[in-house]
Amino acid sequence: MSVIFEKPKALLDVTTHYCPGCGHGIIHRLVAEVIDELGIEGETVGVCPVGCAVMAYDYFSCDMIEAPHGRAPAVATGVKRANPNLHVFTYQGDGDLAAIGTAETIHSGTRGENIVIVFVNNTTYGMTGGQMAPTTLPGQVTQTTPYGRDVKTAGYPLRVCEIMSQLDGVALAERVAVDSPAHIRQAKAAIKKGFDNEANGRGLSIIEVLSSCPTNWGMTPVKAMEFVREQMIPYYPLGVYKDVTKKETR
Amino acid sequence: MEKYLMKGNEALGEAAIRAGCKCFFGYPITPQTELSAYMAKQMPKRGGVFLQAESELAAVNMTLGAASTGIRAMTSSSSPGISLKTEGVSYMAGCDLPAVIVNVQRGGPGLGSIQPSQADYFQATRAMGHGDAYIIVLAPNSVQEMADFVGLAFDLADKYRIPAMLLADGLLGQMMEPVSFSDEKTDFVNKDDWAANGHKNKREHNIVNSLYLDAPTLESKVQARFEKYKIIEQNERRCEKYMCDDADILVTAYGATARIAKTAVDHARQKGIKVGLFRPITLYPFPRQELADAAKGAKIILDTELSMGQMIEDVKLSTNCTLPVEFYGRTGGVVPAPEEILAKIEQLNGGLN
Amino acid sequence: MNMQIILAGFGGQGILFAGKVLAYCAMTDGKKLTWLPSYGPEMRGGTANCSVCISDEEIGSPVIQNPDVLIVMNSPSLRKFENNVKTGGIILADSSIITEECQRDDVSFVKVAASDIAEKNELSGGANMVLLGKLLELTNLFTRETVEKALKKCVSPKRPQLIPANLKAMTLGGAFQ
Repeated sequence: MSVIFEKPKALLDVTTHYCPGCGHGIIHRLVAEVIDELGIEGETVGVCPVGCAVMAYDYFSCDMIEAPHGRAPAVATGVKRANPNLHVFTYQGDGDLAAIGTAETIHSGTRGENIVIVFVNNTTYGMTGGQMAPTTLPGQVTQTTPYGRDVKTAGYPLRVCEIMSQLDGVALAERVAVDSPAHIRQAKAAIKKGFDNEANGRGLSIIEVLSSCPTNWGMTPVKAMEFVREQMIPYYPLGVYKDVTKKETR
Repeated sequence: MEKYLMKGNEALGEAAIRAGCKCFFGYPITPQTELSAYMAKQMPKRGGVFLQAESELAAVNMTLGAASTGIRAMTSSSSPGISLKTEGVSYMAGCDLPAVIVNVQRGGPGLGSIQPSQADYFQATRAMGHGDAYIIVLAPNSVQEMADFVGLAFDLADKYRIPAMLLADGLLGQMMEPVSFSDEKTDFVNKDDWAANGHKNKREHNIVNSLYLDAPTLESKVQARFEKYKIIEQNERRCEKYMCDDADILVTAYGATARIAKTAVDHARQKGIKVGLFRPITLYPFPRQELADAAKGAKIILDTELSMGQMIEDVKLSTNCTLPVEFYGRTGGVVPAPEEILAKIEQLNGGLN
Repeated sequence: MNMQIILAGFGGQGILFAGKVLAYCAMTDGKKLTWLPSYGPEMRGGTANCSVCISDEEIGSPVIQNPDVLIVMNSPSLRKFENNVKTGGIILADSSIITEECQRDDVSFVKVAASDIAEKNELSGGANMVLLGKLLELTNLFTRETVEKALKKCVSPKRPQLIPANLKAMTLGGAFQ
């Protein structure tokens, strides 16, 4: 009998701490599949955020570093500058990347660091129990927006890909989602493009992945995926915002 | 050996490169900026990396990233910037990462002044970030020591897998003195057993991490680190004693203040006053035993600092408060004249007779 | 030997450079020395000063409270430092710029029209070295040979023509009566 489906080698054979229905499992797998396909696990260093993916170092089989909150792009910059031959990626959530780590994100982008940022946007601080994130939608109820996010007081959500696409050092800014098989395939292709840019010194690639948080949203996994599709994607349109390998972008 | 005339900040940079520092991550702040400028000029020519970060937070975390891969990395700042770096330093301490942090101290608190100060002693020796941790702290007192102690800091950091700090001040950073550079090679330690530098499919993956959600596991990690601190406290205490043997009055001072105090001690000796100087070189580990020994015959201690009195606590602890400890300090960036310390010595000497 | 010198003037007059020449001279002669600049906002076009300590013995503080010699190239610096100079010390002033007199009678106040001399001899920016030349003539601090060696170290190798220019300025300063 031939094996037609197995765990990627770049993921360790361990049980993750992620909740049922959480998108992190899918996204971890996509990153690992890309690492496997490129055969670069031995030369890859991943940088974890603070947030739900904080313990990703226990799941990826490449060398891993756990960064302070928001500083993963700075840590990755240090790794890459010291070792230009290593492949370096960060894996960050919305609070980590777009709130406390905004400066690190933007400046690693404008410097054109040859790293890949996998940015998981699930509109919430999951690890701490579901507070408002910089990407929480207007009107969305969280622990710290119990009456719904009121943009008059809490401001507007941050559209990260749109911002990053304005920076000269960014090679790829693409927003994808993991709410359907077709979107998941697109997400993987985007991550692979990111690693290709990194390997070829084209600059920073950021792949924003719209993902679900059924636990903190108080939804079933299926309902949560519907939320991604019906609420998030209209606010955060999917697509390529910048791709230096293509003439025409969105 | 050839002598060069250099600023302390520049000599420190040159010595760091010679000690094998491969990456320097900086951010401009007076009075340490010459160090960044020197590295910016030299690193690209000498196979190293210089990068000006967007903030001190980014700079220290770039240092963390580079150090995680096992290479020698350094960052520098001055007091307000060091406060920002404490985040990264705490993580480095928790990850057992060797790296060198330079603080060219200026007056504080807050934005303070840009003039020389030693008001970050507590921060350096007690609280370079949150959590149960210490880092090695070396206190140079000349341009030559600015150079000499960088290599030492890297060696100690590597040997014990601990961040090490050079605690200097604006005087030492800005002044020029003749300096020579030792050709002595530093001890490079193989870091492949822990560094996140790509496992090449030859070993298990390495993880550089300070998170341990299981409390007993974290406790045992911290306890193991404190065993390491015991060894450091045993083996790495350094100090300088000057005319301590017959001293009635023992002056304690570190860094630039020790130079001023030494002049005061010389002048007091010329007046027949039995006074000596004890200069801690390592502030962590503090040379407690050496100070206790030096103070055995003394009747009183005079601690002098460019602060309102911070090291004085270690001085009192070292002598178990068995001797009266007086204090003379200037702060906010004011540097005392030797005569001020001399006047205090004379006043104390008058009280002894 | 123990000499404490403060040099002060406007930014751009070569105050720090003149201090460096003294420092290199001291190093060339195997003396102990410290050179400390004023630093911070005032160095951006405002007043600049530096302190040079030269000694046969180890130097404690590089900060000078009471200099043996004060070299001043503008009036604010003269006013700021003149009262600190040791009794019996020297105040050397660029009289092309400073028109007022020294308020002290216990120091020797030496006026050199340094900027005029430099200008007349097409030694633009050389007033600092004219004053230095006068200082060496007054004190015999360093020989000409030492100064030549020192200048080689403090002048950029890309601009070797500055060495004879600086030496000429010093000679003119030394000869000024």
